[in-house]
Amino acid sequence: MIELGEVLETYEMVSNENLDVRTITMGISLLDCIDPDLDRLCEKVYTKITESARDLVTVGDSIGLEYGVPVINKRISITPAAIVGGAACRCPDDFVELAKTLDRAAKEVGVNFIGGYSALVQKGMTEADRNLIESIPKALACTDCVCSSISLGSTRTGINMDAVRLMGDIVVRTAEETRDSDSIGCAKLVVFCNPPDDNPFMAGAFHGVTEADRIINVGVSGPGVVKTALSKVHGESFEVLCETIKKTAFKVTRVGQLFAKEASRRLNVPFGIVDLSLAPTPAVGDSIADILHEMGLEYAGAPGTTAALAILNDQVKKGGVMASSYVGGLSGAFIPVTEDRSMAEAAAIGALTLEKLEAMTCVCSVGLDMIAIPGDTPATTISGIIADEMAIGMVNQKTTAVRLIPVIGKGVGDFAEFGGLLGEAQIMPVNRYGCAGFVNRGGRIPAPIHSFKN
Amino acid sequence: MNRIIITLVGKDRVGLIATMCNYLAQNNINILDIKQTTVQEYINMMMIVDIDGFQGVFSDLASGLESVGESIGCIVKAHREDIFNMMHRI
Repeated sequence: MIELGEVLETYEMVSNENLDVRTITMGISLLDCIDPDLDRLCEKVYTKITESARDLVTVGDSIGLEYGVPVINKRISITPAAIVGGAACRCPDDFVELAKTLDRAAKEVGVNFIGGYSALVQKGMTEADRNLIESIPKALACTDCVCSSISLGSTRTGINMDAVRLMGDIVVRTAEETRDSDSIGCAKLVVFCNPPDDNPFMAGAFHGVTEADRIINVGVSGPGVVKTALSKVHGESFEVLCETIKKTAFKVTRVGQLFAKEASRRLNVPFGIVDLSLAPTPAVGDSIADILHEMGLEYAGAPGTTAALAILNDQVKKGGVMASSYVGGLSGAFIPVTEDRSMAEAAAIGALTLEKLEAMTCVCSVGLDMIAIPGDTPATTISGIIADEMAIGMVNQKTTAVRLIPVIGKGVGDFAEFGGLLGEAQIMPVNRYGCAGFVNRGGRIPAPIHSFKN
Repeated sequence: MNRIIITLVGKDRVGLIATMCNYLAQNNINILDIKQTTVQEYINMMMIVDIDGFQGVFSDLASGLESVGESIGCIVKAHREDIFNMMHRI
């Protein structure tokens, strides 16, 4: 029988520690919408999305009400658009029409983001892949809900450096297209190495081609809950620290598991995975940097940060896997800078640098995320940063990603404001030495030797 | 059985539980268990109820209970029991 103290603990987590279910994401396969005629393709895509996700927002809200934990986002991921639109879209502008259709469908069903305006080019680019990539700046500027992700490398295939070079340019052009709003288009664009097919989080969510027709994936959160738990074990050993994180992660993930099963039942869509992520928000206390502080660091970025983050990431997974029957997605601690108030503060005072963030991405769940950099950063430098991050993912057989925002018209120390969950931050300095000679070589970086496991 | 946990937090006075119980009886909701503690003049109460006989949707019940809470100066919340079992039991 449940005790009063346990009920009150749950309420405390929700009201004071920002416990929430960050997202219920419905993955929808659009493979059956493929058509050589662009108008027919758009019509089929719109119909499939709006019919599949008609009740997603209502169901998400009612589950939140009945169980007392809010569901912050309801979202959709689709089959990578380069595959869906390959037959119909013969130029970048054709893909923009598809992006507008996705945006209309997302608004019709009331979700806040639709992910999967994507291409998987880790080994090579088809004409359709190239057209989609070329369309990204315009597509993200003329839509509100569409998110784009490009896979540039994997442990099995190596890194497609032609695509890395191209994406440096695309990031800059996307920033320029949305210069009036602090280049916010780049917040909806991410590049990956080893992307998962079932990630429910934006901007990188897409519905992999090996997935079922429709699927429900849930992303949990709860940095504030972990921080509060750790505040009660100050000065205790690493064993106590790890046990505390594990127990807390278990409770948080159980909420995700319950919500995923319930959403799956009510929507009559199979349950996919729970993503065991600690996802911060700009709200006070809902911060990964605050957890690192509770673990004993003066600021995120101080010596010891990588070790502390490695512990956090590992314990979150160990606690979470027992709480859910299927885990997947990105699963771990996110370290976005603008979306995490204390991370942004650490960057502003110089405690946290781009190089330290790169080291942290070796042990966190994803990569360089939501980092505002000077608007005049050369495209080749952005490609160099992407190549570094892809190499970390490829060699370590983990997912890594880059979501940089070159804020056009602003320089180091200026403030970039994106609003809402995307937050704000001071623009961070980037190493000013060039790498054009390296990234302009062209071709592929071969897969590492330990990828040959057959 | 369709079990809900109702909590009440507020300043204690005569008739709080009676008001709650009357509302539940009027809506054909069966009380399975009640626990409460009072510290100085404040009360913390938890009820486990079965809403199988309730005619209506969950959101009506939740807002109805919230209104009853407001009328007696207390915060009343109602949520499905599963969430607490999932979080606090292996």
